[in-house]
Amino acid sequence: MPAITRRDLLKAGMAGAGALAAAGLGFDVAVAESTKVKQNLRIAGAKESHSICPYCAVGCSLVAYTRQNADGSVQLLQIEGDPDSPVNEGRLCPKGATAMQLATSPRRVESPQYRAAGATSWKSVTWEFALGKIAQNIKASRDASFVTTDGNGNTVNRTEGIAFAGGAAFSSEEGYFATKLMRGLGLVHLEQQARV
Amino acid sequence: MTNHWRDIKNADLILINGANPAEAHPVGFQWFMRAKLDRGAKIIHADPRFTRTSAVADLYLRIRTGSDVAYFGGLINHVLQNNLFQDVYVRNYTNASFIVKQGFGFTDGLFSGYSSTKRAYDISSWSYEAGSDGFARRDMTLQDPRSVFQLMKTHYARYTPDVVSSITGIPVDEFKKVADLVGQMGKPDKVMTIVYAVGLTHHTTGGQLIRSGAVLQLLLGNMGRPGGGMNAERGHANIQGNTDHAISWEILPGYLRIPAPGQKNLDDYVAQSAPKKSDPNSWNFFGTNYRKFMVSTLKGWYGDTATKDNEFAFDYIPKPGQNSSWMSIYDQALKGKMEGVMLSGMTAASIGPDSNQVQQALSNLKWLVVMDALPTTSSEFWHAPGVDASQVKTEVFMLPATHWIEKDGSFVNSGRWSQWKDQVVPPQGQARHDHWILADIFSRVKALYNQQGGKFPDPIMHLTFNYKDPLKPELDEIAKEINGKDLATGKQMTTFANLKDDGTTTAGDWIYTGSYLDSGNLMKRRDGIQDPKTNDPTGMGFYPNWAWSWPLNRRVMYNRASADLDGKPWDPKRPGITWNGTRWVGDVPDYPATMNPHDPNAYLPFIMNGEGVGRLFSNGMIDGPFPEHYEPVESPVANPLHASVSASPVAFLYDQAAGRPNRFGTAAEFPYIATSYRLTEHEHYVTQHVPHLVQLQPEPFVEIPWELAQTKGIKTGDKVRVSSKRGKLEVLAVVTKRLGSMTVAGQKVFQIGIPIHWGYVGIAADSDPSHGRYWLANALTPFVGDANARTPEFKAFLVNLEKM
Repeated sequence: MPAITRRDLLKAGMAGAGALAAAGLGFDVAVAESTKVKQNLRIAGAKESHSICPYCAVGCSLVAYTRQNADGSVQLLQIEGDPDSPVNEGRLCPKGATAMQLATSPRRVESPQYRAAGATSWKSVTWEFALGKIAQNIKASRDASFVTTDGNGNTVNRTEGIAFAGGAAFSSEEGYFATKLMRGLGLVHLEQQARV
Repeated sequence: MTNHWRDIKNADLILINGANPAEAHPVGFQWFMRAKLDRGAKIIHADPRFTRTSAVADLYLRIRTGSDVAYFGGLINHVLQNNLFQDVYVRNYTNASFIVKQGFGFTDGLFSGYSSTKRAYDISSWSYEAGSDGFARRDMTLQDPRSVFQLMKTHYARYTPDVVSSITGIPVDEFKKVADLVGQMGKPDKVMTIVYAVGLTHHTTGGQLIRSGAVLQLLLGNMGRPGGGMNAERGHANIQGNTDHAISWEILPGYLRIPAPGQKNLDDYVAQSAPKKSDPNSWNFFGTNYRKFMVSTLKGWYGDTATKDNEFAFDYIPKPGQNSSWMSIYDQALKGKMEGVMLSGMTAASIGPDSNQVQQALSNLKWLVVMDALPTTSSEFWHAPGVDASQVKTEVFMLPATHWIEKDGSFVNSGRWSQWKDQVVPPQGQARHDHWILADIFSRVKALYNQQGGKFPDPIMHLTFNYKDPLKPELDEIAKEINGKDLATGKQMTTFANLKDDGTTTAGDWIYTGSYLDSGNLMKRRDGIQDPKTNDPTGMGFYPNWAWSWPLNRRVMYNRASADLDGKPWDPKRPGITWNGTRWVGDVPDYPATMNPHDPNAYLPFIMNGEGVGRLFSNGMIDGPFPEHYEPVESPVANPLHASVSASPVAFLYDQAAGRPNRFGTAAEFPYIATSYRLTEHEHYVTQHVPHLVQLQPEPFVEIPWELAQTKGIKTGDKVRVSSKRGKLEVLAVVTKRLGSMTVAGQKVFQIGIPIHWGYVGIAADSDPSHGRYWLANALTPFVGDANARTPEFKAFLVNLEKM
């Protein structure tokens, strides 16, 4: 019997529940069967995209399946391990395997939220309101804490009173962009997850 | 990682310290198992807890948390005393032969140059003696008493098996078994890898814990080789990429140092930042090109404003006057000197250390911006359980940001592989990309300075924004900017070797130059295991056309050291690069591609440092040129090597320096050692929002050694209180024999295990009557960190334990 790999099964459209149902049939039969049931799979006709797991830094490749609904919205159908990756060879851990529940969640923050000093609840606000106020805060704190020349007469041009931290799940390019902008604002307090 | 995940399959021996890859990096762990199953590799796991990694290890050692310098020091001593080091490698590829200046010494736990009032070293004696040619003097016989080799031999002679056992708690006979196995790895046809994670970094001696492993690897000739190296398993999807791109106070992209006050121009900057050549055959590639990399970054950031006449806008780069890392941010807030903090995908309240103190720091801010897809303990800190929101004066913004799958861009894994991902779905609801939020805020700040003026707006006004839509830059555009281009031709740079210091080239991050060429984005490449013969031509698992790896798509760093003096692989079955008589072939060489190894002027193998060789002795660390064991700041015992200098003499004590009350406990009050860690089913804190994962690991708990639980009458499922000088946890007990007692410095000690994942936000907290009020593990951890990196000591502290 020729060796059938998980990759062959995936190519035959046998992912997920289909593979389980056919597991007792023997591989050669299974492949033939899978071809027949392909059209009934949840991912039939779906668009295949490539992603990377958002959790640890093994960097497991993911295959994500989406479908465009009649109303134009895009539905995420399935996320699974990418069998071509030399890193994970299609395998995922419990976190990666449930990545879809992170991607689409009813717990997401729906709109910008604002809580004034001393307020006891959130208030939903517009992006315009939030970004405008944050920009004013940044300018005020920068102007209040900017040091042009230190006590020894050295030019230092730094903003001491604002800190930026984050980015462990940024795309690299976002991270670079954050560094560039924050240094542009003169920040010295810059941090991400490497230390903590 | 110097190497990469798949490469671990090439090892003969795998030492795992401060890590639990079977549970924390389970899919990466398949490569450990392949080494074991396919080539009979042995796995040695040293960890306070017996974990699933231990279960498949050939040897498991219950080690006291934070004592790994003693463990590695004992192995270094074993290798030196018994001449088990890789002789040719040590003489030619390390600084063993370099002569250290008169005046260097080590007495009673202190290296030369210590000032107790400053709690710092003057490191001027930690350097080489110069010869008549100005370079470091060397003694290739390694017999000179001031050679690094002899100094090192003396230094580690103290780390006998008995001393190692006394410090680490590992029984002498078990340590000897490890030493026997490790001692065989100095043969050219053997190779060992060391794998570690935050269990090594999260200590006041974190940097030296890692260095002690690296020193051992150099002695065994294992750096630069497939199957070897020092391999850090990183914990978040893109912590590597964002370190590379310098969201970190002390660096600019590509590990260029942030300029320091007093540096008036690029000459000053390069003189104080770049490595200096200390051997005639050292290429000193980094030092030689430092200025080119810096100027190319400045050109990328400040475009036409950056000219030769204004030192390429060197003055626009902020120059920090003091440490400005994670704990320093909250220390400044506690002092009332921090007005605003922006957090993205990172929650200060949970991360701590000393969450109660961090919570106070957040309350001291004028404003806090949280950018995240889901609520965090930081966005919600102002109405945490027990907090009177009306008393918290911080203005808080919560901005809904997109998830990874709603945007494209690259993630860089632990093995430095930069892998591009697609935008799979559009943003959910009103969520916006982090970089669009930042671009928008920045443009508003710029407009305010335009309208109102203000403090030195020039660096804001002139920052380049060469994007089709400045409010919505595409990550593809930014990826091209990071790679850099030739300003004369407009073509993408193909290698950082061609970058210039005259302002004619750009590179947002020089170590990524070569990732995005005119021909396209190499990070998108997907030639993987669908065709191993074609896609892995050397059979070593490099897969050179899968994604792109920095630098220059090199898969194993320092790979000149994978070959001998003639350019032949130390082990022909496991080649890194090979000299074929005309050029170097195999992996992308970390060396000039056509440099003949027999040329008398051939460069030494480690091209990135001034010596040209690996550093067994280094003045790059502020707490000592050789790793030395120091106790954690909170420890139940005095240092068995030097009781008068028990903990690190240079760890920065924030509370003491700021005049705040002491927040460290003693063993009299808090008799048990505690260490924190992570579980397979959760990642930090975000997974508290993922239903399946919360079902798998629903509630916070602590692991308690069976023997200790017996004396306290604690059974699994009982509620217990774990307290430190700083705070408390009230969670369930899991009584286990995975943890046990050990004898340290003649004293019986217990270690308690604390998973970190819970807090007052998430599905579990929502259904808890107290709303997870005492669930923050980092309420216990101390506000102190590594002397060099200021990485908090999350992994070793003292607690008390009570049944509730």
